[in-house]
Amino acid sequence: MSGTMPAVPALASRPIRFVLNGEAREVSGALPTTTLLDYLRGPERLTGTKEGCAEGDCGACTVLVCEHDGAGGLERRSVNACIQFLPAMNGRAVETIEHLGRDGLTPLQAAMVDNHASQCGFCTPGFVMQLHAAWLTGALADRQSVKDAISGNLCRCTGYGPIIEAGLELVDEPVPDTREADAAMAERLAGLEGEGVFAYEAHGHRWLAPTNVDDLADTYAAHPDAVLVAGATDVGLWVTKQHRELPLIIDVSHVRDLKVIEEAAGRVYFGAAITHREARQVLSGIHPDLGEMLRRFAGTQIRNAGTLGGNIANGSPIGDLPPCLIALGSRIFLREGDDLRIVPLEDFFVEYGRQDRGRGEFVAAIEVPRLGDDQRFFAHKISKRFDSDISAVMAAFRLTFDGDVVSEARLAFGGMAGTPKRAKAAEAALVGRPFDAAAVADAMAALAEDFAPLTDMRASREYRLKSAQNLLKRFQLEQAGAASGRIAVIGPDALDLQAIGGAA
Amino acid sequence: MDETRIQDRSGAGEPDVTALNERPPAHQARIKGGVATPTAHDSGMKHVTGAARYTDDEPELPGMLQVYIAMSERAHARITRLDLAAVRAAPGVAVVLTADDIPGQNDYSPVFGDDPIFPPLTGDGAIVQYVGQPIFAVAAETVLAARRAAKLAVVEYVDLAAAISIDDAVAHADAAGEDLLPAYEMRLGDAAAALDAAPRRVKGRIEIGGQDHFYLEGQIATAAPLEDGDVFVRSSTQHPSEVQHNVAKMLGVPDHAVTVELRRMGGGFGGKESQPALFAAVAALVAVKTGRPAKCRLDRDDDMEMTGKRHEMRIDYDLGFAPDGTIHAADFAHVVRCGYSRDLSAAIADRAMFHADNAYDLKAARIHSRRLKTHTVSNTAFRGFGGPQGMVGIERAMDEIGFVTGLDPLDVRKRNFYPGAGEEPAVTPYHMPVTDSVIGEIVEELETSSDYRARREAVKAFNAKNTILKKGLALTPVKFGISFTTTHLNQAGALVHVYKDGSVHLNHGGTEMGQGLFVKVAQVVAEEFQIDLDQVKITATTTAKVPNTSATAASSGSDLNGMAARNAARTIKDRLIDFAAERYHVPPDQVVFQPNRVLIGNMEKRFCDLVGEAYLARISLSSTGFYATPEITYDREAASGRPFYYFAYGAACSEVVIDTLTGEYRLLRADILHDVGRSLNPAIDMGQIEGGFIQGMGWLTCEELWWDDKGRLKTHAPSTYKIPTANDRPDDLRIAIWDKGENRSETVYRSKAVGEPPFMLAISVFSALTDAVCAAGDGKAFPRLDAPATPERVLWAVEDVRGGR
Repeated sequence: MSGTMPAVPALASRPIRFVLNGEAREVSGALPTTTLLDYLRGPERLTGTKEGCAEGDCGACTVLVCEHDGAGGLERRSVNACIQFLPAMNGRAVETIEHLGRDGLTPLQAAMVDNHASQCGFCTPGFVMQLHAAWLTGALADRQSVKDAISGNLCRCTGYGPIIEAGLELVDEPVPDTREADAAMAERLAGLEGEGVFAYEAHGHRWLAPTNVDDLADTYAAHPDAVLVAGATDVGLWVTKQHRELPLIIDVSHVRDLKVIEEAAGRVYFGAAITHREARQVLSGIHPDLGEMLRRFAGTQIRNAGTLGGNIANGSPIGDLPPCLIALGSRIFLREGDDLRIVPLEDFFVEYGRQDRGRGEFVAAIEVPRLGDDQRFFAHKISKRFDSDISAVMAAFRLTFDGDVVSEARLAFGGMAGTPKRAKAAEAALVGRPFDAAAVADAMAALAEDFAPLTDMRASREYRLKSAQNLLKRFQLEQAGAASGRIAVIGPDALDLQAIGGAA
Repeated sequence: MDETRIQDRSGAGEPDVTALNERPPAHQARIKGGVATPTAHDSGMKHVTGAARYTDDEPELPGMLQVYIAMSERAHARITRLDLAAVRAAPGVAVVLTADDIPGQNDYSPVFGDDPIFPPLTGDGAIVQYVGQPIFAVAAETVLAARRAAKLAVVEYVDLAAAISIDDAVAHADAAGEDLLPAYEMRLGDAAAALDAAPRRVKGRIEIGGQDHFYLEGQIATAAPLEDGDVFVRSSTQHPSEVQHNVAKMLGVPDHAVTVELRRMGGGFGGKESQPALFAAVAALVAVKTGRPAKCRLDRDDDMEMTGKRHEMRIDYDLGFAPDGTIHAADFAHVVRCGYSRDLSAAIADRAMFHADNAYDLKAARIHSRRLKTHTVSNTAFRGFGGPQGMVGIERAMDEIGFVTGLDPLDVRKRNFYPGAGEEPAVTPYHMPVTDSVIGEIVEELETSSDYRARREAVKAFNAKNTILKKGLALTPVKFGISFTTTHLNQAGALVHVYKDGSVHLNHGGTEMGQGLFVKVAQVVAEEFQIDLDQVKITATTTAKVPNTSATAASSGSDLNGMAARNAARTIKDRLIDFAAERYHVPPDQVVFQPNRVLIGNMEKRFCDLVGEAYLARISLSSTGFYATPEITYDREAASGRPFYYFAYGAACSEVVIDTLTGEYRLLRADILHDVGRSLNPAIDMGQIEGGFIQGMGWLTCEELWWDDKGRLKTHAPSTYKIPTANDRPDDLRIAIWDKGENRSETVYRSKAVGEPPFMLAISVFSALTDAVCAAGDGKAFPRLDAPATPERVLWAVEDVRGGR
């Protein structure tokens, strides 16, 4: 196969080399779509890591993954082992719950016991690993941050209170200085990762992992039928839930030049392999609503793995980020071989299940314009559960003003059609007039022309339309200075839950 | 060990008894980990280190096969063709099993014999009755190989008319002239006449959705073949004896040929009461057919599609009352969506009726219940066992009475509570006098501690100022009956060994699913022997040690097993007392057990030394213990009697805010005061209260089961079925155990059951949402609001009270 393409010489299969709980591992013979969880619980007999759902929604399988950043540094993140593929661990280090308590209980583990934070105990190793990772990465500052850290972990017994209390005990616990050990580990991992494109083959199935974007372009051009995988938060489920065979996978998560964020002339450029966690701070800086959306976007472990490029390229009609980026006027950079093409994001989504992406073409970068002084932005996500839920409706609006008059309107929605889509009729109702109650009433009515949403398990068509209309109303009320009070945790209009929480 | 112990074969001659007493007893005031101490869960350290083993964590036996169960894709259909040739020929497949392979009875039901393991391939029974029903099983070297092989099956169906919703079920039952189970009725006085005579009436309807258990550990069983055709089963189950019996029944062997064992479950909540028998039976069948060990572990989606859930119910209520809110009479009509088979639905629907009154003296009542069939998974036990649904009906009516009279719903509730102890008791709709009511006292205390009246005013002020956001407040009571309403189930056994070094092995029929039963029972045994808790070894539940157990269910675990273990320990203790009295010539009442030592007249010995002496004197140091709850009797025919040994009480006050533009809402604060009698373990009990409350809140808010018109459950994974997360828990959650609590009945150390009752505290959240919705309207219409109150339902309710829909 690959030998036919001159640009990509046949790559010899190498074993997967990684570090597990401090010890080196070399794995051959395992199907490339073997999940990290199955490997841990099977051959390694590390059964402390549990399978709760096999789709990245419960956190019971949380482990810590460390990787070198290509510049001598070490990065840590918690991930769901159930939807991570084993070959993706090449050149990385994995720590499991068994490693954590090897020298006796850590302060977190002791706090979990003292606070009676486990009942059935099945979710507990995942909570421990998640809080441990959040603490190590400096993400624990207060109660809200503790709760946010564990929003991707489900517990059915405790009601979470004791777990939150245990997590709070970590806030003031000093994080050990591991710089020296980290540097050594980074060097070790770089050595394990090896040079060039990592190729792994077993049972006739192949895994290719380039480390720079030119190699990626060549590899994909040579193997346009390959499945591209970054964080595997979606493709992982093709394997664990749909039991699909994926004979050839190209892993883009090691491509370091896709993991950069740059800014020029009021536009931010995100490499496609930037994770949601990495993007969150920059996007929050563009508008706080984006920060709140990303806070609620999946759980921490998914945000640590899932990438902006993946969220766009998989073409979901209910992805939360695409409507926001469309409203912001984003463009994406598509690359095929040496050719680069720039497409407005809204044009990328052709129809349900079809995107404007050619064979061998991949999303390389996303351009996001910052807001101008004459622009106003709003984004809100509606779902049955606030955290880690797929939206019934995702709405994102950007209005550009010329004085009091709306000169441009970009109203984008997810969950309302087969693709993330702009509401052109509603936009037209707003343009050329002040953004007032009368204008918004017209836009709300026009929204019914723009969309005929579906009824499914998340919401009825009527609710989708009604709540989408009401979000336009809310935007107008907020712009008019009325306290419409969104039930959000962060952001300019966040409800101060403490302040209205009753007569304390 | 650095001291001499009894080494039977170490030397010639008799062991030297004096060698036992080489250390004087240490004096300590209290044993470590005794009854009433907030002792940590016995497995806490193992949970946080990942060392606690669940069924799937046990090392696999060599040659173990992995089992996949293929499921029906139709809600109701005749199977006209099942061709499994390609499945059998697929790589890695060891065996493919259908109904024809079952040597004994093809049934895993708990009671009625209507849950086939696999549908028969011929005859009238060759039908499937829900999407997800098992059709056949594949055992292969890997579960992936089994799954891929199963996809090669050729299954042809002819669809039959299917009932999916409650409306469908009513239509089908009416047309057929038969319900799944006979309707049942409870009557107190002449409700119809009293309703007609009542000055005011409210009539309404509420639909209450079901709930998936979402135990974090899915269903799993392993089976290993033994000699004589016997089978050893590990099963994640709340009911090992039923799994044992069902496996034996399926194999056509006596119960004694099957042993079922488990150390712990990763959650149960009722979902591992009758359901696990299926997976154990399939694993055992594979083991017997192949001679190889087998594992049947369900993927989450398969689990959620294949196993039963909380019953969805429709309740029509009709209450007559005085202008001051005093109830004169009540009529409740329940329609229960049972799913395709009977399972435990009769007892569950009964319990919904037993709790139709909640904490209120209805004076005259008729409670009618229809139990209907739908072509969906057979609904089953879930924390509260129907009680929560029954209770939602009356609490909904209380809110409506408050609305129509303009009274604060709390005042309506208080006016109708059962009289407290010492007052003339009122009787329930099943004619049981309520003699132990403390609900008035608890609510009074919570009203004060939660600052209810001031907050009511604050909520009104907030609502007057805000048009988009509206707040709601509600304080609701819980009275929950404790005992299996099937009287014979109220029994338990235990087995206690004291080893000659003084350490104790504890076993009983209860199962540990996280609720802390094992540590509570161990505390009871430690207390009885007056030894430190770490001297009591907690061991796996097994049908080989304690037979004929009831499910660990109905909140009864510690009441029943605690008593049985105490009785076992007492038997041994009595033997030790008799032995010491005789050996040391003191009256038995001068043998006194003190912390880790025994006073024998003027002499003191360590507990372990007395035990060693008793062993050498050939005293039995092992005993079973047994307990049967006294005083309970219920005549189901007459719908009359005392089904419950006692009631557990509690109350909660919740405050919410809703967004009238989107229907989104948040629980801002909740105050809970709950009665656990004299707590065996306050730390464990607090965990049950908080966990039950949040789980109940999930049921009534974000957890929605959604079937499409083909009967396919579309919310079958955590991506689509949303249980609460940490951010759904209010930061301001104030939980207290009622410090005056004491069980008036003679339970173990006067404690009360705590597993289920707190679940229903969450009804306060639903009532608070109702209150907030009412505040969004003009006071003319009481909103229709069904459960779960998703943002969508709340928005429609708001539109409803604003006349917009």
